[in-house]
Amino acid sequence: MKDRFKKTNLCWLAAIILSYVILTALMQAGIIDAVYETVLSTIMINIILAISLNLIIGITGQFSLGHAGFMCIGAYSAGVMMKQMPGMGGFLVGILIGFVISALVALIVSIPTLRLKGDYLAIATLGFGEIIRIIVLNMTITNGAAGLVLQKVVTFPFIFAAMVLSTIVIVNFGCSAPGRACISVREDEIASEAMGINTTKYKVMAFVIGAMIASLAGALYAGNFYVIRPDMFTFNRSIDILVIVVFGGMGSMTGSYIAAIVIGLLNNFLQSFAAVRMIIYGLALVLIMIFRPSGLLGTKEFTFTSLFNRFSKRKGEAQ
Amino acid sequence: MTVFLQQIINGLSLGSIYALIALGYTMVYGIIKLINFAHGDIYMLGAYIGFIAVTSLGLGFFPALLAAMAGCALIGVIIERVAYKPLRHATRITALITAIGVSYFLQAGTQRVMGTGVKTFPNVLSNEVFMIGGVRITSQQIIIFITTIVLMLVLQFIVKKTKIGRAMRAVSVDADAAKLMGINVDATISYTFAIGSALAGAAGVLVGIYYNSINPLMGTLPGVKAFIAAVFGGIGIIPGAMFGGFFIGVCETLIAGYGGSLYKDAVVYIILIVILIIKPAGLLGKNVKEKV
Repeated sequence: MKDRFKKTNLCWLAAIILSYVILTALMQAGIIDAVYETVLSTIMINIILAISLNLIIGITGQFSLGHAGFMCIGAYSAGVMMKQMPGMGGFLVGILIGFVISALVALIVSIPTLRLKGDYLAIATLGFGEIIRIIVLNMTITNGAAGLVLQKVVTFPFIFAAMVLSTIVIVNFGCSAPGRACISVREDEIASEAMGINTTKYKVMAFVIGAMIASLAGALYAGNFYVIRPDMFTFNRSIDILVIVVFGGMGSMTGSYIAAIVIGLLNNFLQSFAAVRMIIYGLALVLIMIFRPSGLLGTKEFTFTSLFNRFSKRKGEAQ
Repeated sequence: MTVFLQQIINGLSLGSIYALIALGYTMVYGIIKLINFAHGDIYMLGAYIGFIAVTSLGLGFFPALLAAMAGCALIGVIIERVAYKPLRHATRITALITAIGVSYFLQAGTQRVMGTGVKTFPNVLSNEVFMIGGVRITSQQIIIFITTIVLMLVLQFIVKKTKIGRAMRAVSVDADAAKLMGINVDATISYTFAIGSALAGAAGVLVGIYYNSINPLMGTLPGVKAFIAAVFGGIGIIPGAMFGGFFIGVCETLIAGYGGSLYKDAVVYIILIVILIIKPAGLLGKNVKEKV
């Protein structure tokens, strides 16, 4: 119990509350206007998507290109439920249903495909993501290619809370015993298998958690932007998420945060030059991979512990 | 039965295009173990080069085909030198992400230069229709099929009989050993990219003639399907890619012909996943045990 109120945890709590208060105050004061509010929600949803993909790619080292498929499941579960039960109740039930479906699908997908390695896995997950989209495209309940038009139920505090919760879940998973096992799978699969780690089990575990959180992000997307169509969840969406993860550094949640914010703001500035934006995206991916393949932060994380250590070291040097 | 034969004929035309693209995938994968995600976009560039050659320069079919092949070969080599060569010793995921970046760059660049809209590919071939026992065959389909077969024979000749081909085979077996035997590995890899990209460029022109319309994003889906074809036949194996291309093409048209056109893409992905699970090395591939 004492552990839960450690100095660092209190610092994190303070940082969360502070950023929430600042953002709300800026919105109340009108400095963040309606346009930037949309940018802000996009960034927060992208952060959730990026950290959930980072769990699969960065921590477990399994290259997945089908993340948009799980987002699609979440968005459509929430959307279809909101059509049946308008309002917040339907949305919450939709999120839960999205969790269940995406976990089941991830389980079905991952048990056979995670036996594959590297590029084969990437292509297989790409295929699965597209299959999910094609199924959604051809169902009547999802209204086919025309998509669903819903009401806006999600507000800023809700997305913020979801973002904080998913971050806590993923970061704590990364520090737990199964999380350590996942990292060992990333570092060397054969060696960790030799150490008695059931590699398939941990890969599936990370994949399922990542898929569920992606479906949460999808539901938030549906509740916030209230129009969903199957063509929003193509392979390109998976690449967009991948760009954030790679740019921030595979394995660094802090990096995903920074990259999502930077890319979100950049997208907003480059909105009127859509074609140029894609050229820059492409070039940036190539250049990052050639000159800094580990991304902005590599696997480094920002922690209050290291900050305190640095402070106390400085103090020590001064004395 | 007529429907079945008709779809087989259509499938062989579509399959020739997939097979030509798949050859490039398979050759590049065989030699540097890279899934060249940008390969589908090189095929798209081939279609655009052919388009420019026909509309602006007024060339006929064969000169346009050769121009597209030469142009794509050059682009392929430039891409290899600029983007992939610095990553020769990087992890495979790094290389894959780079390839995705190149693909984005080519798509967006083409959109910027040529416009995002669909362009109509001019009719450079007469389109006579032959009816044989109720099955409709067009002269375009025959030319596409013959061109593909000729290109494949040329490729087989290059790979099996020439010095470059022998070097390519040697590098794909063991790059280090090949280097010790005095083979210029970098040049060999460039030749591989040039040949693979030229085949994709030819496929681009053929598809432009077959469907009459081209757009900057046309490469993504055939690119992925051609990759599936390459995996199906056993990636890195040239006859496997040819077989896989025809197989995927025929499958797709058969499904579309029997009323499943909405699901034809999904079925192709399902074929891929089934193959990966049952026989990851592909139909003609051999399983290789991983050594520690």
